[in-house]
Amino acid sequence: MNRQLLSGDEAVALAALHAGVSLGTGYPGTPSTEILETFFRLGGRAQWAPNEKVAMEVALGAAFAGGRALVTMKHVGLNVAADPLFTAAYTGVSGAMIVLTADDPGMSSSQNEQDNRRYAVAAGLPMVEPSDSQEAYDFFLRAIEISERWGIPVLYRMTTRVCHSKSIVAPHPETAPATRAPHFEHDLPDRVMIPAYARPAHLRLRAKLAEIAVWGETCDLNRQVLGSRALGIVASGISCQHAAEAAPEASMLTLGLTYPLPMELLRGFAASVERCLVLEEGDPVLADALLAAGIPVEAKADVFRFGELDVARVRRILAHDLSPEAKALSGKAPELCPACPYHTVYNTLRKHDCIGSGDIGCYSLGVLPPYQVMDTLVDMGASIGVGLGLRHTLPPDQARRVVSIIGDSTFIHSGITGLVEMIYNPPPTGHVVIVLDNGTTAMTGQQEHPATGRTLEHTRTGQVSIEAVARALGIPSVTVLDPHDDPDGFERLLLERLAASELSVIVARRPCVLAAADIRRWELHATARVLPQLPDGACEPAGAAR
Amino acid sequence: MSATGARVTNVVMAGLGGQGVITASDILAEAALHAGLDVKKAEIHGMSQRGGLVSSDVRFGERVFSPMVPPGEADYLLLLAPTELDAMAWCLRPDGVVIGTDLVSPDHLPNKRSLNVALLGALSVHLDLPPELIREAMLAALPEKLHATNEHAFEIGREAALARRAAGG
Repeated sequence: MNRQLLSGDEAVALAALHAGVSLGTGYPGTPSTEILETFFRLGGRAQWAPNEKVAMEVALGAAFAGGRALVTMKHVGLNVAADPLFTAAYTGVSGAMIVLTADDPGMSSSQNEQDNRRYAVAAGLPMVEPSDSQEAYDFFLRAIEISERWGIPVLYRMTTRVCHSKSIVAPHPETAPATRAPHFEHDLPDRVMIPAYARPAHLRLRAKLAEIAVWGETCDLNRQVLGSRALGIVASGISCQHAAEAAPEASMLTLGLTYPLPMELLRGFAASVERCLVLEEGDPVLADALLAAGIPVEAKADVFRFGELDVARVRRILAHDLSPEAKALSGKAPELCPACPYHTVYNTLRKHDCIGSGDIGCYSLGVLPPYQVMDTLVDMGASIGVGLGLRHTLPPDQARRVVSIIGDSTFIHSGITGLVEMIYNPPPTGHVVIVLDNGTTAMTGQQEHPATGRTLEHTRTGQVSIEAVARALGIPSVTVLDPHDDPDGFERLLLERLAASELSVIVARRPCVLAAADIRRWELHATARVLPQLPDGACEPAGAAR
Repeated sequence: MSATGARVTNVVMAGLGGQGVITASDILAEAALHAGLDVKKAEIHGMSQRGGLVSSDVRFGERVFSPMVPPGEADYLLLLAPTELDAMAWCLRPDGVVIGTDLVSPDHLPNKRSLNVALLGALSVHLDLPPELIREAMLAALPEKLHATNEHAFEIGREAALARRAAGG
C-alpha cells in the first residue's frame, strides 16, 4: 500500500481495521479521541460508552466472545476503568483485547500528568509503546498477537506527541494475524473471579508474564542500534525520537515492550557501553526498575520528571545541565467562545458570589478571568460530590452559595451517582446542581453521548433524558431552561433555589455554538436514517464557510 | 536552502484557533511527502477551538526524528496572528525568516480566511519543494468550492514574497 502521512491516532485506527478489530469502544478524551472516530470513518465498528469503566467492560465481553476488542481513553480515564482492568488481568481473554491509554505529559489538555506505565506493573499486564505513527501501526498488530497468544489484555500506551504528531506510515495489512469467528465456550474457573477461582488465576497471570518476559528478550518490539561505546541510551516512546536527534552517535536500545522488561537484553546493553543513560518522559519507571535489578544505569535529574521532553531538554540531560530552563512565553489563552451559552450562567454566578464546585469540560474555562467562578476542579463528576461535602461542612451563610456545575457529557459519565448521593445524604441547606447541557461533548471536539440520542456515527439511538433521570431519582425541583434566551429568568430561578433548603437540578440547555450547525445536520439525517457526508479531514479548512 | 540531503527544514506555523494553522501545516507536510522526503509534524490542538494560540511544527528532509522543532532551530515562522510574535519568537534561528501579515495583509485577499494559504504561497518561494506540489496538496485538502479563492490567495502570497526578494528584502 502507499505511504501515508498519518497521526499516531489515525495509524492505530488503520491497524485496528487491518487487524479485524470487531469492536472499538471508549470515552472521548484528548489525545485519544480521534482513534475511534477514524476507525469508524475507515469502516470499523466504533461506539462511545458513557464512561471508561463501561467501555472496558464492553470490550472485555467482546474479547470473552472471541472477538478482537479495542478500548480507548485518556490517561485519567484508566483510573475510572481500573476496577475491571485489574481483574481482567486474572480472567484473561479468549480473543484479543487492547486497552489504549493516551497519556498527556506536560498536560496540554488534562488535570494531571500521571504516568500510566505504573498501571502495567500494578495490574500485571504487558505494555506496548510506539514512538511514531509507523510504530503505532506495526506495534498494534504485534499487540493483537501478544493478546491472543497469551490470552491476556495488552496495555497500549501512547502520549500526546505520538497521538497527535503525523509521520509517514507504510501499511502492511497482509501481515495481520488471521481472525477467528466469535464463539462462546463455558469456562467458569477462568472467568468467574470468586476467591477459589481467582487464586489460581493469579498464578496463571504471573506464569503468562514470565513467558512474555522470555519472549520479550528477542522480540522485534525492542531494538538495539550499536553506535558509540562511550554512550548508550535506553529509551521508550517519543523519547526514542528525541534521543536519535540529540545524540546520533550513541548506541541505542529502544523499548517497544516496556512491561515486562527484557532484563537480560538491558543488562547486556548496559555492560556494553561506558555510560548508560535511561531517557524517559515522566516518572523514572524504567530507571527504577533497572536499578532495582542491579543494572548500572544513569537516571535523568528529577527536574526533567515534569513536563514533556524535547530535543533541547534531552541535550541538557546528556550534558548534566541543570541551569534554569527558559520559560516559554504563553500566547493568547483559550476562552469561552463569544457566543457560548454559558456566559449568562457564569455572569450570574459571579454576580451573586457563588462558590462553584466545578467539573471537566469547556466550561472549566469559567475558572479564568473575567469569571473565576470555578473554585474546585478535580475529576470527571467531582462537582456534585465535592459540592455536597462543602455544603455539609461550611457555615450556613457560605453553604447556601455552593453550586455544582457539570456538563451534559460529564453528567452522563459520572454525575448520576453524585445525584444518588445527594438524595441519600442531603445537606441541611439543600443543594443546587446546574447541568450545562450544550448537547455535545464539546471540549474534545463535539462527540455524541447517551443524552444526545445519537451514536458515534451520528445515527439515531436510545436517548437518556437528564431531567427524567433527575426526577426519577427523586430530586424535588428539576427545571429546564435556556439561560441565553432568558437570563433574567435564570437569575430569578437560581436565587430562589439557593434560598430554598431543597435539592434542585437546573438543566441550562442550549446547543454549543460550534456544534449547532452539525447537530442540526445530524438530526436531519438521523431522522432520515441516512448517514451524512462528512467533510474529509478532522479540521475545518480555513476557507470553508459552513 | 536545500530540503534534500541530511539538512532538515524546520517550519513553525502559528495563529489563533480557527485561522487554519493546522490545515496549512497539513498541506505543507503532504507536499513534502509527495516530494519523496521524510516528514513529521507536531502540534497541540486540545484547546484550539477556544480561540487560543495554536502552533504546528513541520519538519522535512532525508530523515526526521523528533516531530518537534527544537527551540532556536526554525528556519521559517509562518505567523497568521501578528500579536503572537513574542510568544513564538523562541522557535526561530538567529537568521530565521518570519512570514506574516506584513508581507500579505488579509485585507488584500479575496477572502480573509485564505490567509493561511496566502502565507503558504509566500513560504513556497523560499523552499526547495516544487510549488506545484504545495498547490496540489492545498487543492486536495480543501473542498472544491474554495479552490478558486485559495489558488488566487496562493498566487498573491507567492508574488508578494517574490517582490520582496527582488527588492532585496
